[in-house]
Amino acid sequence: MTAMLEIDGLYKAFGPVKAVNGISLSVPGGQVLGFLGPNGAGKSTTMKMVAGFLEPDRGSARICGDDILQAPLAAKQNLGYLPEGAPAYGEMTPRGFLKFCAGVRGLKGKAGQEAIDKAIERTALSLVAEQTIDTLSKGFKRRVGIAQAILHVPKVLVLDEPTDGLDPNQKQQVRNLITELSKDRAIVISTHILEEVDAVCNRAVIIDQGRVVADGTAADLRKLMPGKKNPSLDEVFRHITTGDAQTGRGDDD
Amino acid sequence: MMTKVFTIAKRELASYFGTPIAYVFLVVFVILSGVVTFHLGNFFDRGSANLSAFFNYLPWLLLVFIPAVSMRLWAEERKSGTVELLMTLPIAPWQAVTGKWLASVGFIAVALVATFPLWLTVNYLGEPDNGVIMTSYLGSLALAAVLLAMGSCVSAFTKNQVIAFVLAVALSFVIVTSGTPIVLDAVRVVFPQPIVDVVAAMSALTHFTGTGQGFVALSSVLYAVSMIVFWLFATVIVLSNTKAD
Repeated sequence: MTAMLEIDGLYKAFGPVKAVNGISLSVPGGQVLGFLGPNGAGKSTTMKMVAGFLEPDRGSARICGDDILQAPLAAKQNLGYLPEGAPAYGEMTPRGFLKFCAGVRGLKGKAGQEAIDKAIERTALSLVAEQTIDTLSKGFKRRVGIAQAILHVPKVLVLDEPTDGLDPNQKQQVRNLITELSKDRAIVISTHILEEVDAVCNRAVIIDQGRVVADGTAADLRKLMPGKKNPSLDEVFRHITTGDAQTGRGDDD
Repeated sequence: MMTKVFTIAKRELASYFGTPIAYVFLVVFVILSGVVTFHLGNFFDRGSANLSAFFNYLPWLLLVFIPAVSMRLWAEERKSGTVELLMTLPIAPWQAVTGKWLASVGFIAVALVATFPLWLTVNYLGEPDNGVIMTSYLGSLALAAVLLAMGSCVSAFTKNQVIAFVLAVALSFVIVTSGTPIVLDAVRVVFPQPIVDVVAAMSALTHFTGTGQGFVALSSVLYAVSMIVFWLFATVIVLSNTKAD
């Protein structure tokens, strides 16, 4: 099966800091990839480059075969992206905001209306759909961002911390949503919450200092910590990312 | 191609009216238009039914009011992070830049239309040449469109709206006044006549005096269009370098 999302040797430096230092990943349909790493490891920077917001110094990303730099419009049509912090136009209502996104994506008339209704339903936003986004709680704002990303039911979803700021019930809803969407789609989520990996991801990639340091299923990752029986992913994470003397410090963007 | 530009413009224009900014701006702008026309412009003492008192002072009002509109164009998007959302939607950067600029021009058009009581007043008091008034309005809108394109570029440089405002005022001041005798005389002291001509040709004021006399020169139209294209293009370039900072 061909990969829906292909990341090939992405490299980005900010001054002397190598934020992303040669990351390559291939994500086929049906896969939910958990993108893990300490703060400043390069998760958001990688995602920004995949989404075509940040230009890599080297390397490329292809979404359903379309290169994000060579054919950005075609690539972005198949991509749903939740930026870090879930930015949205605060003076708009969720419905108005989604209507705008639908318009830009060429979803007009009945098709657009259906897509908006479906996205609102899937992210459980109907109660606040007519309230301005500025007045919403953090959890609702996050879900507005997710609604925007899944609006056009894209083949590739890149979600930067989709469950950040959500309460346990909302987290579960979002995880269910991700699982529901994961059929025939490639999904990448970044997270700090390692239980998320067990809950929704069928593949976990840990990056540190801009490099992939572990890649596999949750079970594979657990094997990386020899001498301990059934370690928690937290323990594995700490073992891998602080194993060598240096710690991955730096700016997340 | 253009539908996406209009989708962006529509959202942007609605956002002006989604906050109190638009109403504060419009009310103060209209009041100040009246003040400059009747007090500074000595509208009644002139004893002639025209709006030249208004249009002579309008560029100076725009000098302050335009940057107040343009400052938020990109600085705010960058500060709030929505620029990341906008630029990862399937639109070309020029479409986003043009759409947002178009909305700001539309907003200033609304502000100019809101000064219609002045027009009613001269028509009540006498028989003005409404053709001249029409071209004067068009000239003012063109000047505003040029200044907004400039302000858009300045706004793309920074996340700070205050900096965007101050820089845009300074740049607008240079562009507007470069044709005035004070500036030209100063330039003439140092530079030869060809340079003086170039500076005068760059001046917005020089190009829009014609519209105050009822004619629209082709050179003025070309000036406005090329300035707008240049500054919007510059906005796209600046933005591609600064958006992710």
